[in-house]
Amino acid sequence: MTNANRAIKLTVNGKEYQSSVEVRKTLADFLRDELDLTGTHLGCEHGVCGACTILFNGDAVRSCLMLAVQADGADLTTVEGLAQGNDLNALQRAFQENHALQCGFCTPGMLMTAYAFLQDTPDPTEEEVKEGISGNICRCTGYAPIIQAILQTSKGPALVLPTKDEG
Amino acid sequence: MKPAQFEYFAPTCLAQALELLEEHGDDAKVLAGGQSLMPMLNMRLARPNVVIDINRIPDLDYISPAPNGGLAIGALTRQRTVEKSDLVKERIPVLAAAVPSIGHFQIRNRGTMGGSISHADPAAELPAICLALDGELVLSSASNQRVLKAEDFFLAPLTTAIGPGELLTEIRLPARSQEWKWGFQEVCRRQGDFAMVGAVSLLQMDGGGVCQSACITMFGVGGTPLRIGRAEEALLGNRISDGALQDVSRIVSEELDPDSDIHASAAYRKEVGGVITRRALEAAINSVNGDDRA
Repeated sequence: MTNANRAIKLTVNGKEYQSSVEVRKTLADFLRDELDLTGTHLGCEHGVCGACTILFNGDAVRSCLMLAVQADGADLTTVEGLAQGNDLNALQRAFQENHALQCGFCTPGMLMTAYAFLQDTPDPTEEEVKEGISGNICRCTGYAPIIQAILQTSKGPALVLPTKDEG
Repeated sequence: MKPAQFEYFAPTCLAQALELLEEHGDDAKVLAGGQSLMPMLNMRLARPNVVIDINRIPDLDYISPAPNGGLAIGALTRQRTVEKSDLVKERIPVLAAAVPSIGHFQIRNRGTMGGSISHADPAAELPAICLALDGELVLSSASNQRVLKAEDFFLAPLTTAIGPGELLTEIRLPARSQEWKWGFQEVCRRQGDFAMVGAVSLLQMDGGGVCQSACITMFGVGGTPLRIGRAEEALLGNRISDGALQDVSRIVSEELDPDSDIHASAAYRKEVGGVITRRALEAAINSVNGDDRA
């Protein structure tokens, strides 16, 4: 009984998955180990670094602080869900153009955070961007170009997720 | 695999959750937003035999106007929902002002009112707001329901009056009349971190600027949020001048008896506690309720 597996059904990046998960498995581990979506990175595993940020029913959350079983019925977006095929979205392009990544470890969490932040605050000030990404740690300390990239994106058209299926 | 093994239940109604809590008692931990419990599970600092996940109980997620002008907030209401609520801004602006200081927006998207209050971290904002406003906590069990005042609820660090089989289901915050002014201040290393020191001040003054009532609540400086009675008494019946504020600042520093930890020394907390109390009072004096002060 203890630790019995549970069947879950969820949508990730527009694609439906069904799986059987151990109840103690975190959502982040599930995405990486079971679905092979290794774009979501795990840094601290206690909610401090922000590398594992994903969208859970549209809200940015720490995927290390949720259980996979809690995602039953949910609609998730991970960093793999931003680009349309090989075409990066405007936020990703802005990161590239501004050299907003060095080692790249924090990048998936930064992108998902910035995406959710811009949905909520489409025309942010620099100060608001700084606060918006304050929950994401970049140990290369490359914050200035990240802030630039987010501000640049905010000047362009609103971001949308690629259309795959109804998801 | 990080968390140790546990048995998992996700009840879909309150009655079911309370039955499970009664059955499993101290063996069970309640999982709400998970922003404190999940790190403890991941680090195996907590190894409950049973996890009762209340996230599928929509009846615990609400912000309702109370007849007395205050609010009744369901325990599962996300902090982000509270932050964005016009009703909260209108009725309890000091709560609206404090919530953005809780973690980061990703944390507030999951973190709940009830979760933070029942976790009772001494440096957390919501327990302090609850104490400052003379809030009431509704504790439900399979056979009973009782209502506790905030002052009787927070007992020690991470320790509350919630008994085995009980669940915090509602937070009641009474309204303050429009004459009440408020200020909220905290100091932390990084936006969103736990406060090293925090202060909530509520003031009621007459037309001549004489203090009719005062409530000074501090957090991050003791085992629970604290009211600083001596500082409140020093304000009562006095015109709030610069001198009076200096006195209050000194009294707060004297009254605090915080611990040192890796984030700040006791001496630093005492000093800064006095300073931010003064700033919180100044913020209260210089504005009216409902002001947008970033």
